[in-house]
Amino acid sequence: MSTPTKITVATAWLDGCSGCHMSFLDLDERLIELVKKVDIVYSPLVDTKELPDRVDVGILEGSISSEDDLEKAKLFRAHCNLLISLGDCAVTGNVPAMRNSFKLADVMDRAYRENVTLQPQIPTRDVPALLTTVKPIHGEVKVDVFVPGCPPSADAIWTILNDLIEGRTPDPSSVTRFGA
Amino acid sequence: MAQPATTPNVRVVTLRIDDRDLSAREDETIIEVCRENRIPIPSLCNLDGLSVWGGCRLCVVELEGQSRLYAACSTRVAEGMRIQTNTEKLQRYRRTIIELLFAERNHVCSVCVSNGHCELQWLAQKCGVDHVRIPYRQVAYPVDSSHEMFRLDHNRCILCTRCVRVCDEIEGAHTWDVMSRGSDCRIISDLARPWGESDTCTSCGKCVQVCPTGALVKQGTSVGEMVKDQHFLPILARRRHLS
Repeated sequence: MSTPTKITVATAWLDGCSGCHMSFLDLDERLIELVKKVDIVYSPLVDTKELPDRVDVGILEGSISSEDDLEKAKLFRAHCNLLISLGDCAVTGNVPAMRNSFKLADVMDRAYRENVTLQPQIPTRDVPALLTTVKPIHGEVKVDVFVPGCPPSADAIWTILNDLIEGRTPDPSSVTRFGA
Repeated sequence: MAQPATTPNVRVVTLRIDDRDLSAREDETIIEVCRENRIPIPSLCNLDGLSVWGGCRLCVVELEGQSRLYAACSTRVAEGMRIQTNTEKLQRYRRTIIELLFAERNHVCSVCVSNGHCELQWLAQKCGVDHVRIPYRQVAYPVDSSHEMFRLDHNRCILCTRCVRVCDEIEGAHTWDVMSRGSDCRIISDLARPWGESDTCTSCGKCVQVCPTGALVKQGTSVGEMVKDQHFLPILARRRHLS
């Protein structure tokens, strides 16, 4: 049962491995304590298909690599009062951004032609087009809190979420770092 | 007339660092006095026992009455000096320097052999760098794996030149040098020949041990496995544990 005082949280998974969401689930029994304070209104972890009009806190995992990622990032920025970049892919580009030193056409060839034995072809339908350059979230939209780590530990996520819930300014560097 | 090896009567000066009254020998640098008095100052290029380079600028401090900042590693103390080591302005400059280092080459900590054992990574955390505000350059640099024991990854190099100096000043081999300028600047072995073909390298591994990042590493190390030998330089091991 939700009360009007509960903080609403939305999360999305852009170009990442979902490890940050897994780390979030690693909060284990603390999740029960968390849902007493927050409502997860939109996330790969819940059923809702549409982002509500206003959300208190948006959490993005993964970098911006495709048109779909870009659209989601802009949508989150527009609907969320506070936007968090969760994990190194969202914060730095990390592994997805390692393709940036190659031409996009070469990357596509490598993935869909050179290493494929059955029907080598570049997908064009029902998949979002890749962007030329992979960017961290703040390369496209304004981000309020950065939580580096690959993935950030459940403890780090717990500390930062609690700081925010209790109205403190979180200090991510005290609990996590790049590559943590 | 021959000069004595050490000057017998070095003068002692008094100075103030972060509102602490201290005394020091007049031939000491600010960073030496800070280290002696356990005043933390971040630095990457500075290393006790090697010549002063003054390249990374992370150790900048404010001197009262001076408008510009001074590198603590290359500035000698003087009588009556008043020094601030950790003002908001300095913190801002240090964060920006670290961000520039991350943006210049490819420091992808999560897949770096030195993940968890890297001075750049630690300093970023210590100085509160939780993201890089400037766009990453995203340019690939070469990797030299020609040496049978060691590997050089230019992508992780921050050009601190610790390797160049330790090879020249301690090992006496002078295998390493610095070539080109700006973003093309890189460390070279001999006259830009592959490391494995070097006539001068003694394979002592000192460069690998003093490298603050994952640029110079042992062959055969995978992500996070490039742990420095704790006995090589206890001073570095202690500093790494402290941070």
